Amino acid sequence: MSVQVNLAELSKVYPKTETPSVDRVSLSIEAGSLFALLGPSGCGKTTTLKMIAGLLDPTAGEITFDGRSVVRIPPERRNAAMVFQKPLLFPHMTIGENVAFGLRMKHVERGVIRERVGKMLDLVRLPGVENRRPGELSGGQEQRVSLARALVTSPAVLLLDEPLSQLDANLRIEMRDLIRQIQAELGVTTIFVTHDQEEAVMLADRIALMLDGRLMQVDTPASFYERPSSIAVARFFGARNFIPGRVSGSRFQSSVAEFEVAHPAPPDGTILTIRQEAIALGPGPNAFTATVRRSMYLGTMLRVWVDTGGVEVEFTAAPGDQFPEGSEVTLRFPPEHVWVVPAAEPDA
Amino acid sequence: MSADSLALVARKADRPRRRLRDGLGFGTLMLALALPLVPVAVWSISATWFFPDVVPTRFSTRSWEYVLSPDAKVIPAFLTSLTIALAVSVIAGLIGLSAGRALGLHSFRGKRIVYFLVLAPEIVPPLTVAMGNQVAFIKLGLADTILGVILVQLVPTIPYVTLVMSAVYSNYDLNYEDQARVLGASPLRAFFHVTLPAVFPGLVVAALFAFLIAWSEYIMTLLIGGGVVKTLPLLLFSFATSDLSIASALCLLCILPAIVILVLSSRYLSGGRANIGGFGRL
Repeated sequence: MSVQVNLAELSKVYPKTETPSVDRVSLSIEAGSLFALLGPSGCGKTTTLKMIAGLLDPTAGEITFDGRSVVRIPPERRNAAMVFQKPLLFPHMTIGENVAFGLRMKHVERGVIRERVGKMLDLVRLPGVENRRPGELSGGQEQRVSLARALVTSPAVLLLDEPLSQLDANLRIEMRDLIRQIQAELGVTTIFVTHDQEEAVMLADRIALMLDGRLMQVDTPASFYERPSSIAVARFFGARNFIPGRVSGSRFQSSVAEFEVAHPAPPDGTILTIRQEAIALGPGPNAFTATVRRSMYLGTMLRVWVDTGGVEVEFTAAPGDQFPEGSEVTLRFPPEHVWVVPAAEPDA
Repeated sequence: MSADSLALVARKADRPRRRLRDGLGFGTLMLALALPLVPVAVWSISATWFFPDVVPTRFSTRSWEYVLSPDAKVIPAFLTSLTIALAVSVIAGLIGLSAGRALGLHSFRGKRIVYFLVLAPEIVPPLTVAMGNQVAFIKLGLADTILGVILVQLVPTIPYVTLVMSAVYSNYDLNYEDQARVLGASPLRAFFHVTLPAVFPGLVVAALFAFLIAWSEYIMTLLIGGGVVKTLPLLLFSFATSDLSIASALCLLCILPAIVILVLSSRYLSGGRANIGGFGRL
């Protein structure tokens, strides 16, 4: 029932704009997987999602479900249900009627509708709310009803447009776990859009990062932290350390030190990056000394900025550690955590 | 005692006072609306009533007997009025529904000019419109017909309906339609199942305006209808200068449908059931 979704050179140029909102995006989304389209606001991720849903026509490119093109199929016959940022429950209908909407559009028998609506509300852990009205539920409950309303039609693809962004922190975690659990249970191919990298990492099997309408990297969550394809990708995932230099063999020469690199580095790699939490204290391979500039206590950790050879390096330490300003400290970059990226953004 | 229960006690003590205030307000309003109708009602059942008598010296059911008799042709005039007003409110409603959607939901070049053009019929005196239309309608064979009267009365009613509907639509989230589409509704079904119920209270209010304008319209009906299309206001005017007693009875008949329709649509007017708030930014 779930389908594989492919995008090929998909582009969207809005009238009267020069730069495309979505620029030649090619993606392959495995059947039954949970896939995240990640990016800052305005990067074209929602536009991409709406093109998959059929709510927007692509300017160019192809969308296929299980190899069949759906570009000319209107949204109501695409079988791709979407949940929007807001619950958008139809205000003149009860909760039950809302969930039943998709089945009514398919002319499903009344008895069958009632049974499936009940089952779906059980699944989103809201049993017995059929006769309530939209205003009587909380925001989180309404969003769950919205999810049930999309799932009741047994869609081939489930599209979620920032479904958690309007919820407060606790509800967000609850809803996130619910989505993960239901998706695993039903095995429906799910594509969700988010600007929150943490959310994408916790939910998705695979993530596509979009910046300025272009696909930057499609990978597993861990790869975005360990093997970002560019500075922009690394920055988006919270990396702070970028040291200029040049690659020679398996070594990286910089004003800080000469670093050993465990992963193969691209020959045009001129920036070394390492996660602030991967930096270790004390001597060893890839060690150097630096001067402490300032530190910040964050409860669960201590963030420390040091200066070495005119380059600022940031690392995290245990919250109880002391790093007096101006003191010398020995740091090391474990070779397996060192990653080298090209300096310039492609076309940027 | 907790703050909550204190607040409750305070609110309870406030209740009789608030009820009195609301009652007084409502009473004054009803009085202001109903008081002018009292002399009209008295006139309609009086035979002789001269200054300085406070009440008529003689009462009679003469005018009511006349008004309800077939000779007076009041019933046909009532039905003509009703036909015209209903047709105008339905047609203006349909046009305003689509025009209001375009103006309320979409931004396009020259939108301000379109807004001005929509309002233009309200700026031009109706007499001017009717005079110009009369010449054209005579050529088209629409003069002296009910259809002609309906068409000319769309001129002052469409702007009202369009403006009300554009305000209603500007408060409407078009994502509701997208949501319906991805759940399997065709554009038409998305409109009828989702959008129409949402804008319906506003539409009822707008169509009610159109009905009331068309119902009491006099000058356009007189010019285009040429006296052949006899509506209730036309009949009323012919008695207003000759027989005040009959004119008063007709007046009361004129008010009747307005009151009936107001009562029928009151739940939409109050906004209590309105899904997106009847008037929006109007």
